[in-house]
Amino acid sequence: MQDALAAPLAIDWLLALVLCWLLLGLAGMVAQRNLRYVARTLFPLGAAVGLAIAGVAFAALGEVPETVVLPLGLPDLPFHLRLDSLSALFLVILGGIAAGISIYAAGYLRKGEGTAPGLQCLQYHIFLASMALVLLADDAYAFMVAWELMALSSFFLVTSDHRNPEIRRAGYLYLLIAHIGAIGILLSFGVLQGGNDMAASNGVSDYTFAHMRMMHPDGFWATAAFGLALFGFGAKAGLVPLHVWLPEAHPAAPSPVSAMMSAVMLKTAIYGFLRVSFDLLQTRLWWWGVVVLMLGLFTALFGVIFSAVQTDMKRLLAYSSIENIGLLFVGIGLALTFDGFDMTILAALALTAVLYHCLNHAAFKSLLFLATGAVLHATKERSLGKLGGLIHKMPWVAWLSLLGVLASAGLPPLNGFVSEWLLLQSFLFTPGLPHGYINMLIPVAAAAVALTAAIAGYAMVKFFGIIFLGQPREERLAEAHDAGLLERIAMIWLGGLCVALGIFPVFVIEQLDAVTQLLVGTGLGAAVRSGGWLLLAPVSENRASYEPLVFLLVILAVGAATFMLVRRFWHGRVRITGAWDCGWTLQSARMQDTSEGFGQPLRQVFSPFYRMTREEPGSFDKAPRYSIVVEDHFWYWLYLPVARAADMGTRMVAFLQQGRISVYLLYSFVTLIVLLFLIRG
Amino acid sequence: MNAASPYFGQIINLLAAILLLLSFAMLSQRRILSLIDLFMAQGAVLCASTAVVAYATGQNHLYVSAGITLLLKVMLLPWILHRLIRRLNVKWDVETLINIPTTMLIGIVLVIFAFNLALPISQLAGTITRSTLGIAMAAVLLAFLMMITRSKAVPQVIGFLSMENGLFFAATSATYGMPMVVELGIALDVLVGMVILGVFFFQIREQFDSLDIRHLEQLKDD
Repeated sequence: MQDALAAPLAIDWLLALVLCWLLLGLAGMVAQRNLRYVARTLFPLGAAVGLAIAGVAFAALGEVPETVVLPLGLPDLPFHLRLDSLSALFLVILGGIAAGISIYAAGYLRKGEGTAPGLQCLQYHIFLASMALVLLADDAYAFMVAWELMALSSFFLVTSDHRNPEIRRAGYLYLLIAHIGAIGILLSFGVLQGGNDMAASNGVSDYTFAHMRMMHPDGFWATAAFGLALFGFGAKAGLVPLHVWLPEAHPAAPSPVSAMMSAVMLKTAIYGFLRVSFDLLQTRLWWWGVVVLMLGLFTALFGVIFSAVQTDMKRLLAYSSIENIGLLFVGIGLALTFDGFDMTILAALALTAVLYHCLNHAAFKSLLFLATGAVLHATKERSLGKLGGLIHKMPWVAWLSLLGVLASAGLPPLNGFVSEWLLLQSFLFTPGLPHGYINMLIPVAAAAVALTAAIAGYAMVKFFGIIFLGQPREERLAEAHDAGLLERIAMIWLGGLCVALGIFPVFVIEQLDAVTQLLVGTGLGAAVRSGGWLLLAPVSENRASYEPLVFLLVILAVGAATFMLVRRFWHGRVRITGAWDCGWTLQSARMQDTSEGFGQPLRQVFSPFYRMTREEPGSFDKAPRYSIVVEDHFWYWLYLPVARAADMGTRMVAFLQQGRISVYLLYSFVTLIVLLFLIRG
Repeated sequence: MNAASPYFGQIINLLAAILLLLSFAMLSQRRILSLIDLFMAQGAVLCASTAVVAYATGQNHLYVSAGITLLLKVMLLPWILHRLIRRLNVKWDVETLINIPTTMLIGIVLVIFAFNLALPISQLAGTITRSTLGIAMAAVLLAFLMMITRSKAVPQVIGFLSMENGLFFAATSATYGMPMVVELGIALDVLVGMVILGVFFFQIREQFDSLDIRHLEQLKDD
């Protein structure tokens, strides 16, 4: 603490800023119902704090790790905090995205929607602060406290509209799975700790990460720790089959909260998984990578095919988040496999793809969620079937979400392309793996990733096309209004991030170098720097390269040339008339392709994946109705049986509870006698 | 240890035997007022035996323990109980859930079990009171049995207090008593527990017009 006073370290600044967040949250409680004060003053200040955090953390990338011990917590068990490149990178994501979302929330909060604004302000800022602490924690105790704080604060944010039973149900499901996951993480830390008391011998207390780094668990225990971490962090990230909370919680939450959860909170799970598997675990086995790869692949495919058939815009985005989490796990799996075979440069490539995709997904998914929030406020409608043609009424939102949609679909020159390209690049190097079966498996996996990317594009076309293009499907959509100034600023900031991350990949990868250096001991910084500013060639120029700026210029040039040519050669004669009206007069906006119709081909192709209940009208129905409900098999195959078993188990236990004191006393008595008998024998 | 120790040992054994007898008497006693008198007698025996152990071994802190026992278990608690009974007006005979002869038979089995259990421990202990450990444990178990078999709230509380007597006796016989701090803490616990339970009595009676704890079965959440 002495030298901390002498010259404040980056971590001290970060802690001060996190404290600012907490204070802003408390300030919200002073005047809970004063919307002007909470929304126009506190949230913009929170955004400024977010930007500052991103700035400080960015400066700390690649610096020497800094540690600090807080005199908080239990006696003899203080909080250890540490700032290294990995936490700095995720803090940059947190700060940068929080800046955008806070500004948006300042314009988004309305009177009389669920929880009072001041209380929401408190929950929101505690949520942000707890995520920052998760990223800074350097012992299992501080990590778990921050992790649970994050789960709880986000639970209250999800259920801000708690009068709606659907939302309460979604919140409960979220909390339940969050806690089951937390058990996994806790046990994983327990295994990592090693179970023996080494505090005396090496001078570090037992549950610090520094102590865990010193342990070298053997294969079995390392696998146990890894498996538990995969389970725990997978539950938070939404890895199939622990994903069911995600499509329920995201639509239930207010839009800025869904954006925050999808963009940043899911990334904290990725952070935790990277921290455990690459930093804390000193023993790594190559086949873990294959397991993670397969799980990730299945998650990605599952997420994207469900995303394409959703009719609720926020559920569509939630499934798309599952898909992106799947892609991230695919990358982590590849990195683990490469690392297991000591191919560090390729591990660094895969890991760079993962980290880059974390940045990208945070930027574009928050942008899209904020766009749905704007649409929701303008139309009070979440169902795609009742939207349409909004590009005329909400041009800002429409064009900005076009950016997000393109990025999400992975089209160049936006950011989504770069990371997916990097991921596929790392697949292309797998023939070098010294293991026959994996070599056969990997091309299939690569093809599945490509398929995922393609269907993601399809889902995004559906999202944008049905909401913003065509004719309005309902009359009241004519009253829709564009987003307010603050909301626009926020979305421009996030859209700008999407573009910048897409145009300057070399710069970004140079920054990621520090993180991969930390995790696998090497990085791509030198390789990309040699290619210069324009050319991105991750491994060598002869293999593959990508020049985003040139690409953008070509697109612009072609666009401009087409425009000029059309202007030059267009004859200018236009006749506007009712053409041959083959039923034209009877056509209405409801006859446009619906979201159900758009998803139909995929429903057909992937029908075994869905659980569909279709209700089709008969030939002679006076008022024909068509309805289709697409559900998740996992809910029926996994969750309901588990729930039933738990119910039966508790019923059996409840039989013990007779309500008679004599019986309860008898239980203690019998236990006492049996124990006495046992210790005697 | 002074020369007269065989006599002291005999006296302690005698007191222990009386304690066990009193435990059985409590187990079979139907009237609440007599139950309180028996509890008081048990406290007095405990006090006497502690004082004898203190004199025989020269452990001065045991005198303090004996004093506390005298104050608390012979005077204060019986007085509180008597007062409660008067205020609650519950002098009627105690109903038991299992009939008295069966209870006594179970009690005998428990005593045999306790002696069997205490045998290896008392061989290890070097105290003059070591042979009484079995009796102390038997007293604990018998008091527990009494709590189980009674259906009214007041006898159950007396059973609870009597169980504490047994524990105290076990502590004196195995290790010449617990550290002073622990002993004071337990004394305070017993007192506070008694006060809280007294409040409960009034609440239970107000709710159900009776002190029969079988009424509490209705509180179960289905």
